Amino acid sequence: MAEASGQADPRKIRSVQRMKEIMTDYYMEAKAAAGTGKKVAWITSGGPVEPLIAMDVIPVYPENHGAMIGASKMGAQLCEKAEELGYPRELCSYARSDIGCSETGGGPIGGLPPPDFLVCCNNICGTVMKWYETASRHYGVPLFILDTPFIHREFTEAARRYVTTQIYEYIAFLEDQCGRKMDFDRMQEVGRLSVEGIRLWQEVLDAGAHKPAPITAFDAFFHMALIVTLRGKQVTVDYYRELRDEMQERIEQGIAMVPDEKYRLLWDNLPIWYRTKWLSEKFAAHDACLVGDTYTSAWSGMAPYMDERNFLDSMSWAYNQVYINVSVDLMFDTMRRLVRKYDVDGVVMHSNRSCKPYSLGQYDMQKMVAGELGLPTLILEADMVDERSFSESQIETRIEAFMETLES
Amino acid sequence: MDALEQLRAVSMDPCGYGQYLRSSGERPVLGCFCTYMPEEIIVAAGAVPFRIPGSSGDGIVLADAHLQSYCCSLVRGSLEDALAGRLPFLDGAVFPHTCDSIQRLSDIWRLNAGMKTHFDVVLPVKLTTDSARTYLIAVLEQFRRELADAFGVTISDENLHGAIRTCNRIRELLENIYRFRSRYPHQLAGADIYHVVRAVMVMERSEALGLLESLWEELSGRPSGEPPKDRRRILLTGGICSHPDIYHLIEDAGGDVVWDDMCTGTRYFQGLVDEAGRPLEAIADRYLARMVCPAKHTGTAARGTRLVRLVQENQIEGVIFLFLKFCDPHGFDYPYLQSCMDEIGVASLLLEVEEQLPVEGQLRTRFETFVDML
Repeated sequence: MAEASGQADPRKIRSVQRMKEIMTDYYMEAKAAAGTGKKVAWITSGGPVEPLIAMDVIPVYPENHGAMIGASKMGAQLCEKAEELGYPRELCSYARSDIGCSETGGGPIGGLPPPDFLVCCNNICGTVMKWYETASRHYGVPLFILDTPFIHREFTEAARRYVTTQIYEYIAFLEDQCGRKMDFDRMQEVGRLSVEGIRLWQEVLDAGAHKPAPITAFDAFFHMALIVTLRGKQVTVDYYRELRDEMQERIEQGIAMVPDEKYRLLWDNLPIWYRTKWLSEKFAAHDACLVGDTYTSAWSGMAPYMDERNFLDSMSWAYNQVYINVSVDLMFDTMRRLVRKYDVDGVVMHSNRSCKPYSLGQYDMQKMVAGELGLPTLILEADMVDERSFSESQIETRIEAFMETLES
Repeated sequence: MDALEQLRAVSMDPCGYGQYLRSSGERPVLGCFCTYMPEEIIVAAGAVPFRIPGSSGDGIVLADAHLQSYCCSLVRGSLEDALAGRLPFLDGAVFPHTCDSIQRLSDIWRLNAGMKTHFDVVLPVKLTTDSARTYLIAVLEQFRRELADAFGVTISDENLHGAIRTCNRIRELLENIYRFRSRYPHQLAGADIYHVVRAVMVMERSEALGLLESLWEELSGRPSGEPPKDRRRILLTGGICSHPDIYHLIEDAGGDVVWDDMCTGTRYFQGLVDEAGRPLEAIADRYLARMVCPAKHTGTAARGTRLVRLVQENQIEGVIFLFLKFCDPHGFDYPYLQSCMDEIGVASLLLEVEEQLPVEGQLRTRFETFVDML
């Protein structure tokens, strides 16, 4: 990753160390949960974590675990374990590698702490529901599904009512699992912290709009871990305030993440976790900087819908309207906004075999980006975790060709 | 031509039938993809629900500009047919919410297929709660409104009751024919029962009902005799089947597909809509009670329990999992369902297919080895 280069490098983001400490503490607490009497819930990355935090349940994210597996280059090996059990290789590699870990206890952190119950929100895909069904059978624990109707053209009143009702069903499920009532004052406070964290995360990402950019999408992939896992916690608010301030400082000092930033690009889809550093360097060698992305901004994208004064209802609507729970044309509205905000020269789309809802439709988006915004798009066929689906020579050639187009 | 021959002819050339529908009347024809399409509402609107065959041409050419290679042949093949102009008789398409790929296909179709109408029926995914039921009824109500607006018709409760009766009668007859075949597999070829269901799924439903009545009258009057003892009883489970040849190959190997849990099989006709109830609520209740496709949720053990029951009820000796490659919902359930079969000591075989079947010789050997093992 970009921040890993050179000790005395002024470009190195200071907060990285703090982030590592927070995540280590978090995983240690989660792994020790069995001894402390705290409940552990596995939850999907797009699921509303705030009620869990308010109930003092430790949220654990198999998708974050999948990202760690990918970044540790253990993806293919763990995916193969799942394939040996009969899971087809075409399935999501987060799911396959995590299932491989559940079965063998391997992986970068020796497996996740087992769940007391599962919370699955299908606003990111239908895959998570199938994945969580397997986890529910494997661990013999209950599964709560928060069903968020996909928005092709409009978010209907009936869908709003359905999802709001489910938030209260979710709370009832938690009360049942934890054997105590929800403290709604505490819930309100967690909601306030969640909204604050989301807004600060947005400000961190906004820094990328500055020329030259003090942060890249590759850095955002690393720093996003807290907004995913610990939304609604004070530590997250404090951390992103510190990171935001550091970004402002860098802007004042004119620190550019890519020293001679000449081309500004937008990333689309999940990272290729095992190749972030390699990709970052490939683009930087052409003075190209990935200044923003559609993925990490998916969490801050909820901000406009959230209202601290009516947190639970507004939260349900916000979660329903996340970036990939909407149609290709509605996704393009967001992409257009990001292209303009970051003032980019082109778009890099990761066509991710693991993520059909994110990837199918990219070819049409590419046409919209060209037709409406007049920008070129580079499509990289790969996979987020399974490095067997990454062809270095092919991707290198495509990047070279794309950069030549931009440079000409 | 007798009823069976007519049904077979429609199934073998569904688009030809679509053209005939177009040329022979004023009824709108609406394309659809799966059994979650509430066809009673379409029938009540005076339209014809037409199951898109999912690859009637040769290979994928035009759809490659819109869809990556890692999605299933149903999605790619259907888009190919639409873009290549092989579905000119459709007035539009209906996309019930099921899997991630169909969900995106809806967007791509709406943006590129150039059809007059497009409907998204965003059904709930979990089908176990009161709130899901309430939402489902609201979604059906919205679909009824959108259809009526699009075609300038009124869809009264009376129209719905009539459509429900037609669809229920079709379901009863299909179930009768399935039961007959399960009892007397030697009396009706597996491919024929496949053709019967596939034909019904594209035909104007009153016409289909007429043919089914004739077919059932003929079958139930036949002196059936006892089936040969040396044949193995097979169940087919999975998504869609577009390859009638599979049935012949299994039969040649010594097995008979006597039951299935397929989208192009029993999931289409299983369960009746309560004819006395409020129509949309009754339609919703059938979906809640019916066995799910794996893209829907009715509990983590529902599909396994159900498969075990089907195997036991039909004295099944071997199960063939028939999946489209890149079908995530079925892929996720496979290890679990296979272990359910292992637990009750029933052998199973996995067959993943794309647009084309594997070469016949290879398939023949696989089926022979499997049937011999039973």
